[in-house]
Amino acid sequence: MNMSVGWVFFYLLVFPGFLFTSVVGLLYTWIDRKVTARVQFRVGPPLLQPFYDFFKLLGKDTFVPEGAPRSIFLGAPLVGLASVSVLSTVLLVSNMFPQQAFAGDLIVVLYLFVFVPIILIIGASASSNPISALGASREMTLYLAYELPLLFALATIIVKSGGLLKIGDLLQWQWANHPFLYSASGAIAFVSAFLCMQAKLGFVPFDIAEAEQEIMGGTILEYSGPALAVLKLTKAMLYFTASIFLTVFFWGGFRSPRQGWYHILGWLKPVAIIVLIILIKNTNPRLRIDQALRFFWSIVLVLSIVGFILAAVGL
Amino acid sequence: MLKGLKKGALARSLWVYHVSASPCNNCDIEILDLLTPRFDVERFGLLLVGSPRHADLLLVTGMVNKKVLDRVLRVYAQTPKPCLVAAFGSCAISGDLFVDSYNFAGPLDKHIPVDVYIGGCPPKPEAMILGVVRAIEKIKKLKDL
Repeated sequence: MNMSVGWVFFYLLVFPGFLFTSVVGLLYTWIDRKVTARVQFRVGPPLLQPFYDFFKLLGKDTFVPEGAPRSIFLGAPLVGLASVSVLSTVLLVSNMFPQQAFAGDLIVVLYLFVFVPIILIIGASASSNPISALGASREMTLYLAYELPLLFALATIIVKSGGLLKIGDLLQWQWANHPFLYSASGAIAFVSAFLCMQAKLGFVPFDIAEAEQEIMGGTILEYSGPALAVLKLTKAMLYFTASIFLTVFFWGGFRSPRQGWYHILGWLKPVAIIVLIILIKNTNPRLRIDQALRFFWSIVLVLSIVGFILAAVGL
Repeated sequence: MLKGLKKGALARSLWVYHVSASPCNNCDIEILDLLTPRFDVERFGLLLVGSPRHADLLLVTGMVNKKVLDRVLRVYAQTPKPCLVAAFGSCAISGDLFVDSYNFAGPLDKHIPVDVYIGGCPPKPEAMILGVVRAIEKIKKLKDL
């Protein structure tokens, strides 16, 4: 495969980077709204609804609140968009060309995942709105809550594979042996990583930082127009990326065990994961921030440590 | 063409912010009917949002009194343009039985431009959907956006 500068830009901007991820991410938000509507016995929005929303927001005014630093307030969503684009590119390219992975791309993926909560916190703190600041502090607490179990879940699969640190190597290990999900330790790690992703996406029961009914959108409260469109797009792309993350690390990527048309079934794995996320979202009430912290630090953390110990003894 | 895209997108995705300008709470409860399975306005892209910053359509309920008038004006100023305003219920349209009240600040359209009037005390869900349809028609007729 040719990795010239032109190809790098193509991967970053068109496929599988920005353009592809944003289109699929917006379609994912449609799946989210449609499944939610069906769960509530409603009809739900049309297929192109997220695109209408996005273009509508692009056509509206943007307000910068009085006292807010303009560059930080408007720059934060763009940084988030860029980081999620790179994140999905790294994950998908290493899935397409496992040999091409660079050393330590797993660490890069982890750092890029941190960007989204950080830009939400920075943007909300810059907005000079007390309710946004409340959302930012909740986002911070939530981040502290889920990050440790997520790291343990990833450590589990690294130990399980015998110390592989490249995404491509981890994928090839899964293709040679079995997806991590099909072993005891891997299944436990998947469950805890799954719950962490639910929190990272800010979905019920962990949508405490955005809580529409009590703090009116929290971290995204002060954003309007194109800036809000970029934030919504970032979240949609993160939605897609989170499902790829779980698929790549625990379910053997998009490759299915059989050849030919079965590869299409491999692309349905992330869709299955988000439908599960949506069903959890629709059947649970919102937790308080202290309950969420306790949940992650007692139950999920213990669960992921148990998975880690199981992996260490070879289960 | 760009204007057509903007207009089409706005007509298909009206986000509604609900401004309570001293209502009796009856209109406010009735609005939620539209989100139920029977009416389900999300089919047409309508969503209730929590902040005027995200809104395209302001539903003002209640008789606007002198104390809340300032807040209504501020919420209207905080809403990114283009946005529409709907006077929701008889009180917002005319003052209804509070017309002679000492703190009635006048009908809503005296203070901010109102695009759609949705009558009733409270309006029936069918009347609200008619109001939304009128709002969408109005967007399509707008010359400059």
